[in-house]
Amino acid sequence: MGVRVQREDFDVGAEVRRLVGGRTDIGAVVTFSGIVRSDDGTAAGGMVLEHYPGMTEAELERVEAEAARRWPLQASLVVHRVGALAPGDNIVLVVTASAHREAAFAAAEFLMDYLKTRAPFWKKERDAAGRERWVEARDSDDLAAERWTSPLRGAREA
Amino acid sequence: MAVRILYFAWVREKTGKPEEIVDLPPGVGTVQELVAWLKGRGPEYAEAFARGDVIRAAVDKVHVKPTAGIAGAREIAFFPPVTGG
Repeated sequence: MGVRVQREDFDVGAEVRRLVGGRTDIGAVVTFSGIVRSDDGTAAGGMVLEHYPGMTEAELERVEAEAARRWPLQASLVVHRVGALAPGDNIVLVVTASAHREAAFAAAEFLMDYLKTRAPFWKKERDAAGRERWVEARDSDDLAAERWTSPLRGAREA
Repeated sequence: MAVRILYFAWVREKTGKPEEIVDLPPGVGTVQELVAWLKGRGPEYAEAFARGDVIRAAVDKVHVKPTAGIAGAREIAFFPPVTGG
């Protein structure tokens, strides 16, 4: 279990090896990598990620603890980058490990959905002309997180 | 009561400061009462909190609703809806 907020890039393979290497109780590892996207040009000039030091880590730990309460996870990791990022850069990594794939898949999706609506990060994009714009929260992210609010959702359903 | 107030993202840009220590007057007991009081402190605050229904708050690093009490709070933060991930 662990959360990290950092400016540096991360290596997905190295993170997975560090998390689950040498263990024989894990049968499934799911990784999600989020990458800075600029398909519509709004972040062609990159973006800057601001966060709330202290609360960010606390909120990520709360979300991770909730995932561990809902699913039988052997290990999990959340890494989120802050500072200046360019299109194509890694931005977020979620790794979940369990005995079986169902819990690992579901917990990874849950972690991302909750992270996107609860962890205090803010993106400011820059377009090719240098115009800056704060990214607005999307209703679809709130709806994605609301899928998990039923108390029956989680281990008992998996 | 002295409390540390923090502002993030466009709320920070509009207030012109990342944080400040303020002495809360009597009668300011909830997050929404604090917002109303802050809005009266100057045009930059009125502008920052003009979209008050959009702005989120945290008390001592935990998300709270506008009706949440702030008695005993050490740190209160205001920010737009989060956009990480």
